[in-house]
Amino acid sequence: MTEPDVAPALRPFESLGRWATGIVESLGRFGSFLAQGVAALVTPPFKLWPLLGRIHYIGFRSLLIILLTGAFTGMVLGLQIFLTLSRFGSEAFLGPAVALSLIRELGPVLAALMVTGRAGSALTAELGIMRITEQIDALTVMALSPMRYLVAPSLLAGVLTFPLMTALFDVVGIFGGYLVGVELLGLSEGTYFGEMQTFVDLADIMTGFWKSVSFGIIVTWVCTYKGFHVSRGAEGVAQATTQAVVLSSVLILVWDYFLGTVLP
Amino acid sequence: MIKVSRLRKSFNGQPVLNGIDLEVPDGSITIIIGRSGGGKSVFLKHLLGLMRPDGGSIEVGGVDLARLHGRALDEVRKRYGVVFQSGALFDSMTCRDNVAFPLREKFRLTRANITKRVDRALAQVELEGIGDKYPEEVSGGMRKRVAIARALVTEPEIVFFDEPTTGLDPVLVNTIHHLILELHRQLHFTAVMVSHEIPEIFEIADRVGMLHEGRIVELGSPAAIQASSNPIVQQFIRGEPDSRA
Repeated sequence: MTEPDVAPALRPFESLGRWATGIVESLGRFGSFLAQGVAALVTPPFKLWPLLGRIHYIGFRSLLIILLTGAFTGMVLGLQIFLTLSRFGSEAFLGPAVALSLIRELGPVLAALMVTGRAGSALTAELGIMRITEQIDALTVMALSPMRYLVAPSLLAGVLTFPLMTALFDVVGIFGGYLVGVELLGLSEGTYFGEMQTFVDLADIMTGFWKSVSFGIIVTWVCTYKGFHVSRGAEGVAQATTQAVVLSSVLILVWDYFLGTVLP
Repeated sequence: MIKVSRLRKSFNGQPVLNGIDLEVPDGSITIIIGRSGGGKSVFLKHLLGLMRPDGGSIEVGGVDLARLHGRALDEVRKRYGVVFQSGALFDSMTCRDNVAFPLREKFRLTRANITKRVDRALAQVELEGIGDKYPEEVSGGMRKRVAIARALVTEPEIVFFDEPTTGLDPVLVNTIHHLILELHRQLHFTAVMVSHEIPEIFEIADRVGMLHEGRIVELGSPAAIQASSNPIVQQFIRGEPDSRA
């Protein structure tokens, strides 16, 4: 069936309408994908081995990058905050400043960005290759849900591993700050950790925790969605991988700001 | 019995399937031939429930696939085995695990029973001993045979083959065709195959359908197809060049 011709003067509006409809449709598909993933997650049969595989893939294999970036972030923070505080004679607050920056903000955000770059991109590429080599279709025609085998375990692994990765990032970062502040710049160890205990409370830790949980959902949701809907061969996989990393990173920063305004 | 009636599908207003009518009798080998871009793969995806038609019906055992969703659709798919063009083997698993996968996931079988059935399936495709290799470590012909073993290990009623011999040399093409024929004699499944392999497919088909511009333009026995007076069929089976291509 062919569509009726549109008057030339109305064509820009038609294009705009088509663009808007396309955006709404994409958002609908994106939301529906998450709903299907969650439905597969909460209804039996539960798939333990694929979940353990994803935890290993997203979490364990990201350990090194988390430890490295966490340590250097803490060291940079230690150095810069020490230099800034020393202008006001407030070096004693180095510990809480490093800890609060990491626990509330930098830990969840940087850990999520690092895991996106390492595991998120690989997740998209893996699913994309499975799509173009018909492995996802093979699961479907075996009457086995690809959502249950591929997407749901990734979502749950994201929720479980991101807070752990963030916690590691925070701890290593705090020790990085200690290394610079205490071992290199001469602040006393008692001041560094003592002031930290005074100023950091459970609400700060919970803020970081909720951020990391939500980033875990965002990254695995975006990356599995992009991989699942790959088309046009190798070029499509490359495009989807780039889009997944960019979109995840942008959403992490936007969502971080939003959560920053609503969480205590 | 698979009965396809007036099946239509368009992409961006461009018709790809233009009212396909086809009946596949139980236990037969029906092969769909046709030129590249003629809609064969799209047609097969409709039979597998991977695409939804714009119109028409696909009845499998009296149930219209086009109206089914979710679990109801999966119930029909449980009767299927599918050999994909690329094999579609899971590259993170060994060949043995690929064959065992549908048994492990779809049936409650003991480990010993699964091992026995996997061994039998690998023996049927003459691949004993390569089970512990990964798909990337075996040849293209072996991958196709592993894919056939995986499709048949659950003893499905209907098996779909999507160009199962693409990319293989003529000796392997005949080997795979005769393997399919032999397995069909042993297991009595209904086979629907999409293929380009002329004239080899005439040796194994019970019925051949020529798909052209989204329609089955000729359907009959291999002998009837070869004797067809339809110029489109004759051009295809003789491989005559097309000045419009």
